Amino acid sequence: MTRLDAPFGSRIDRSRPISFSFEGQRFTGYEGDTIASALAASGQWMLSRSFKYHRPRGAFSMAGAEANTLVQVGSEPNLAADLTPLAEGMVVSAQNVNGSLARDRDAVMDRLGRFMPVGFYYRTFMGPTRKAWLKWWEPLIRAKAGLGMVDLAARPDGFDKSHLHCDILVVGAGPAGLAAAIEAAEAGADVILGDESPDLGGRLTYAPEAEVDLTALVARAEALPALRIMTGTVCNGWFEDNWLPLIRGKALHRCRAREVILATGGIEQPAVFRGNDLPGILTGGAVRRLIRHYGVRPGTRSVILAGTPDGLGAAEDLLDVGTRIAALVLPRDLPGHAERIGRLRSAGAEILTGRIEAARGGTHVEAVQVGGRWIDCDLVAVSVGHAPSWQLPCQAGARLGYDDATCRFSLDLARDGLHLAGSVAGHASTSAVIADGRRAAMAALRALDIDAGNVSPCQDLELALAHCALPLNPHPKGRDFVDFDEDLQVKDIVNAVREGYRELELVKRFSTVGMGPSQGRHSALATARIVAAATGRSVAETGVTTARPPVGPETLGALAGHGHVEERRTALHARHLEAGAEMRPVGAWWRPYLYGRGDRVERITEEVRAVREGAGLLDVSTLGKLEVRGPDAGAFLDRLYTMAHANQPVGKVRYCLMLNEMAAVIDDGVAFRMADDVFYVTATTGAVARVYADMALWNAQWRIRVDVANLTAAFSGLNITGPKARDVLQALSSDIDFSPAGFPYLEGRIGVVAGIPVRVMRIGFTGELSYELHCPSSHAPALWDAVMAAGAPLGLRPYGLEASRILRLEKGHILIGQDTDALTSPDELGFGWAVSKKKAFFVGKRALEMRRRLGESRRLVGLIFEPGTEAPGESCLVLRGGEPVGHVTSVAHSPTLGRVIALAYTHVEDAAPGTEVTIRARSGKLVTGRVAGHAFVDPENRRQEI
Amino acid sequence: MVLRLLKYGLRSDYPVTGDIPVTPTLKPAYDVVIIGAGGHGLACAHYLSKYHGIHDVAVLDKGWLAGGNTARNTTTIRSNYITPQGIAFYKEGVTLYEAMSEELDFNVMFSQRGQLTFAHSEATLRSFHLRAETGRHMGIGIEVVDQKGVEALCPHLNMDYGGALEVLGGLWHPDGGTARHDAVAWGYAAQAARRGVEIHQRTEVTAIEVAGGRVQAVVTNRGRIAAGQVMIACGGMNYDMALKAGVELPIRCYPLQAMVTQPVKPWLHTLVSSVSLHTYLVQSSRGEMVIGGGSDPYQLYSTRSTLDMKEHLAEGAVHLFPFLKNLRLLRQWAGITDMTPDYSPIMGESPVDGLWLDCGWGTWGFKATPVAGKRMAECIATGRVPEILQPFALERFERFALLNEMGATAASH
Repeated sequence: MTRLDAPFGSRIDRSRPISFSFEGQRFTGYEGDTIASALAASGQWMLSRSFKYHRPRGAFSMAGAEANTLVQVGSEPNLAADLTPLAEGMVVSAQNVNGSLARDRDAVMDRLGRFMPVGFYYRTFMGPTRKAWLKWWEPLIRAKAGLGMVDLAARPDGFDKSHLHCDILVVGAGPAGLAAAIEAAEAGADVILGDESPDLGGRLTYAPEAEVDLTALVARAEALPALRIMTGTVCNGWFEDNWLPLIRGKALHRCRAREVILATGGIEQPAVFRGNDLPGILTGGAVRRLIRHYGVRPGTRSVILAGTPDGLGAAEDLLDVGTRIAALVLPRDLPGHAERIGRLRSAGAEILTGRIEAARGGTHVEAVQVGGRWIDCDLVAVSVGHAPSWQLPCQAGARLGYDDATCRFSLDLARDGLHLAGSVAGHASTSAVIADGRRAAMAALRALDIDAGNVSPCQDLELALAHCALPLNPHPKGRDFVDFDEDLQVKDIVNAVREGYRELELVKRFSTVGMGPSQGRHSALATARIVAAATGRSVAETGVTTARPPVGPETLGALAGHGHVEERRTALHARHLEAGAEMRPVGAWWRPYLYGRGDRVERITEEVRAVREGAGLLDVSTLGKLEVRGPDAGAFLDRLYTMAHANQPVGKVRYCLMLNEMAAVIDDGVAFRMADDVFYVTATTGAVARVYADMALWNAQWRIRVDVANLTAAFSGLNITGPKARDVLQALSSDIDFSPAGFPYLEGRIGVVAGIPVRVMRIGFTGELSYELHCPSSHAPALWDAVMAAGAPLGLRPYGLEASRILRLEKGHILIGQDTDALTSPDELGFGWAVSKKKAFFVGKRALEMRRRLGESRRLVGLIFEPGTEAPGESCLVLRGGEPVGHVTSVAHSPTLGRVIALAYTHVEDAAPGTEVTIRARSGKLVTGRVAGHAFVDPENRRQEI
Repeated sequence: MVLRLLKYGLRSDYPVTGDIPVTPTLKPAYDVVIIGAGGHGLACAHYLSKYHGIHDVAVLDKGWLAGGNTARNTTTIRSNYITPQGIAFYKEGVTLYEAMSEELDFNVMFSQRGQLTFAHSEATLRSFHLRAETGRHMGIGIEVVDQKGVEALCPHLNMDYGGALEVLGGLWHPDGGTARHDAVAWGYAAQAARRGVEIHQRTEVTAIEVAGGRVQAVVTNRGRIAAGQVMIACGGMNYDMALKAGVELPIRCYPLQAMVTQPVKPWLHTLVSSVSLHTYLVQSSRGEMVIGGGSDPYQLYSTRSTLDMKEHLAEGAVHLFPFLKNLRLLRQWAGITDMTPDYSPIMGESPVDGLWLDCGWGTWGFKATPVAGKRMAECIATGRVPEILQPFALERFERFALLNEMGATAASH
C-alpha cells in the first residue's frame, strides 16, 4: 500500500473502506476515492489498452481529460476511472483488450504500427474483388472498433430532469468562481455555483497557498442563503440565451441564467516525447491531486519536468511524502525560484536543463532519457502549463487564440450576459485570479442593475512564468504521442499535411486527431503547432480548435430523462372499457377499435349494420376543437379556409377545407357559427396541434381582431348516428327542438340535453342522420350514460373506429392524411364545390389558380371490386400502360354492399364512373376495379338529410 | 524547431501520395467554374475531367475542402424514396457508390448493411407499403416486414413499450448503407486534381456577373474569373449564391442537427430509423453511435446546435434501445440544409445561360454525390439535361410538377 496519513487525502474517509474488483481481482479503497485513485493506492496503474496499438495506458490528468482511464463498470461502458467515485461491490474491467489487460493478445498491434500510417485505411482493404470490403475487410475493422461494450440486457433508470433559474450562474468553484459567487451573493443576487469536483476550491484543494484560507472562504460561501452550491455538477454546454445544462449524476438541470460567469480554469497540457504515454507519467497537477485528495504516494523515485513553477510545487509535495526526486528537468530558467530549486537540489534532486527525449518501460515507466542519459524512475511529473478550458467560451462564440512569442492563449468573448473570470481569462497568480473573479461578479451585478463596487486590478506576479513553449520532441522512432485517444504520433500529423490536408480541420478529419473521447483537450495545441510548422504559418493563422457541445461526456439517459410516452385518453375511456371495447392507439390517443369479444369481422359488421339500420354512438372527443372569437372571426376563417364563412349565418354549420401555400389539402373540419363573433371549429385529430399553431402564426401576421382557444381537451364529443338518431335525442329531456324542420341538416344549436350544456351540430361522416353533441369533458360520462339509457330501447349501440372507417368509406368521405398526400389539391379530390369562387384571398388560392391553369393529372376516385377478386391492399399501385399513375388509399369490405370498395388515385382520364382500372395487388397479381361515384352508399344524400 | 520537426517527419518511410495539391494561383479564366468544393462539386469536376475531357476547371470554396454539409452529414445512402423519378435517380447513386472505391482508388468504405425503418402507426405502415410497391416497381431492394421480421433484422430493438409507440412493422431496404463522407470528397478531389482540375480553398465568390442572359464571370475575394460555364453547388448557401446571379430559388434554409456517442464495440449492424420518433441511428466503423433526426422547426442560417434537439434525439434513441441510456455522448453539431417545397433537389438549367444548378439538397444530398456529379458533368459537357435529371428542373415549380418526397426524408436522411 502506498496510502499516506492525514492531512493527505482530503477526500477520502479512512474509516469507510470499500471493496471492489478490477479485472477479476479484489481491491479495497475508501469512501471518497475514485476508481483510479483506489487502484493507484494498490499499485495498479495500468487501466486500459489504447484504441489502435493496444499500448498500456493509465491515468494522466486525474481530471478525466483523456481516454486512458475509460473502464467498463458493470453494464456501463466508457466511465472515466479518475472521475468515477468508488462504490461498494463495483465490478470494474478494462476495455478494448483481447484476453486480459495484463495479457492483451492485440498488444502485437503496437509492433505492426509502421504498417498502419495515418489514413492507411483509405488506401487499403480494397481488393481483390469489389465484394472483399463488405465480406472480409469491414467485418475485420468492425471487430476491432469501439472501446467498451453496451450491455444489451441493461435497463438503466432513475434519470431525471429539472429546471433552474438564477440571476447569476458561476461555472467553476476554483478561486475565481468562489470569489465571484461570494461577491455576487453578498450583493443580493440569486446565485448558483456549480463545479464538477466534490469539493469547493479548485486548485486550492491540491495546491494550497499560504495567503488564502480556503476553509474560511468555503465557510463564507456556505453561509450565504442566496448562494446555491452544486458540487459534483458538470456544466456541459452553453446554448443561446444563457441556457446551460448542469448534470449531477443522473439528473439534468436545465438552467436559465440572466448572467453567466465562466471560471472554468485550465487544462494542464502534456509534453510530447517518445513513450510519453506510459503509465506513471502524469501531469504535475495529477501528482498533487493523488497526494492531497486521495493520500496516494504516486511513486518512489521521480523525475519532474518543470516548465512552469507548478512543477516545483509538485516536486515539493513529492518530497513531503517521501518520494525521491531523481531529477528536476528544467526546459528553461525559472527566475525568482532559485531558492526553491536549491532546496530540491539539497534534498538530492539532480537539476538538469533541457528536455525529456524519451521514456521507456513495459507497462509502467522505468526510465527517462535526458540529454542522452537514461535516469531510472517510476514516476514522471509533467508541468508545462495550462490551456484555458476553452469549451464553454468557444461554444458561446469565442475564438481561441495563441501567441507564438509569449506562448499565451487568448479567448475573445464579447457577448452580453457572459463573463470570463480567473485563469480561463488569462490570469495566473491566485490573488489576480480572485480579483478577476470579483471583477466579473461586479460586471454581472451591474448588468442586473445591482449596485456593485470596483475592484482594483492586481499585479499578476506569476503570469510571466505561467506559460512555456509546449515541449514537442519528435523522435525518429516515433511513439511520440500527440493524441493518446487515437494513438497519433507527430509523424502522423506531419504526413497528413504532406498529403495535402493543410487546413487544421482537414488534418483533424484525415488523421482523426482530437476526435476521440477527450475531444482535443491534450492534442489541440500540439496539433496546431505541428500543422503551423509544416505549412509555414503561425498558430494564429492555423487556428487552434473549435468546440462543440458537450464539454464532457454525458449519458443519453440524462438527456432523455424520464422518457414518458405521451398517452391521451378521452373522458369516456372508462365507459369504453366497461362496454368491452378493444382499445387501440391512434397517434397519442387511445380509441375504441370495436366493442365486444369474439370474431372481429362479425363484431364490426354488426356495428356497421346498427348504424345503417338503427343508431350508433361514437366517441369523437379526439377531434380538434377550436374556438375562434372576435369581431373579425369570420374574416379570419375566410382567409384560412376555402369556403365562405364571413357571410355564414349564425346557427349554420359549414364544411372547412384548409390548404397550404401549394394548394395542397392539409386539414378539414366544420365551423359552427355560434354567434356573430364566435365560431366553433373542428380539426382532424392528428392535425389540430399544427392547425392551432398555424392559426396563431397567421393571426400574428395578419393582426386582425381575433383570438383562438384550443378546446380539444376541454370539450368531448359524442356522435349519434343512424336512422333512429333523432328518436334517441327526442327521448332525452332538452330545450332543443330536434324535429326535421326545427333542426335541419348543417345547422347547430346551443342548449341543454339531459341537464348538460351542449353544442349540437347536425353533420355526418357516416352518411346517416347524425348529430354531434359536444359538452365540457367533465360532463361527458353523464351525457354518454343518458344517451345510452335513452337509446337502449331503440337499439342504440356504441361503435368503434373500424366501423367508423368503413361507414365513411361507404359514403366516400376522405380521411386527410390517408386519402391525401403532401400535394393533393381540392380538384384532385373532386372538391371544387368546397372552394369559394368569390373570395379575393385564402391561403393557397394563388397556387390553386395556377394549378387549375396547368390542369391536374390524377383524380381520387371510388373503386368497386367484383366478388371473388383479390382485394388490393392499401398503397397498391394503380397502373396505366404498365406505369404507376396513382395508388389505393383506402380499402374495406363493405358489409352494406357486400363488395370490396376503395378510394384510389387514377389518371384523370380514367376517372369517369364505369372505367376499369388496373391495380397491382400485394401478391403482384393484376386486378381490375371499376370506377364508381364518390359515394358508394346513398349518393343522393337522402339518408343524412332526412 | 520548424525544420527539425519537418526533418523528423520526413525521415519516416511514409510514401506520400499527395492527395490534395496546395491551392494554386487563380487564373483569369476557366472553361468551367464550380462554386462549392463539397462532394457534389468535386464529383462533378472528376466526371468532367475523366469522362468528358474537360480539365480547365476551377472548384472554389470559401472555406476548407468539403467542410460544409459533406463534412456534417450522417452519410446515409439509400434509394427507398416515394416517386418513381426519385427512386430512379437515387438508385443510380447507390450503384455508383458500389463501384466508387475502385473508381477513385480510394477506400470510401461503402458499407451496405441495409436500412430498417420502423413504423409505430398504421399510417406509417401504409406509407411504407407505398414506398415498397413503388420501389419494387423500380427494381430496388425493398420490402415491408412484420413485427417478427423487424425482430429478426434488429434483435435488440425495444418492440414493447406498448401504446402509441409499439413497433408494428418495418421497411427493409437491403441496398442502404453508409460511406465515409470525407473520403468521398477527398477521393473525388484527388482524382480531379490529378487530371488538372484546380481546387481553390479559402476562395469566396462575392458576385456572379451576368450579361445578355448569360453568365460571364464570378468575382472572388482573390480576383475575377471569367467562365463559360458556372455550376452552383454550395449546399446551405445555394439560395444566396443563385441570388447573386439574379435567380431566386424556392429554397428555405433550416438547421439540421446530429450527434455522436463515445465508441463502443459494434452491436448494431443495420441503419435504423423511426418515423414517429424522428430519430435515426447508425453505428460507425469506429464504434460510435451516430444519431440524427428531423430539421429544426424554424429557418435559420446558423450551425449552432441546441440542447432541446439533443434531448429529443436522446429520447428517441433510448426509446428504441433502452440500454443506451448508459452510453455517453461525445459531440453534437449542425449543418444548414437548403429545403425545397417538395423535398426533392433542383438540378439542371437556370434562367441564366451557362449557369447550372445543383441545389436544393436539403437533408438528402450526400447519397446523391456521385450521381449528381456524374449527371451534372454531362449537362455541362453536352449542354443537354439527361433524361434522369429532367424531372428535377427548376421550372417544375412553375408547372406544379412537384416530386413529393416529404414522407421519405422526414426522419431518415
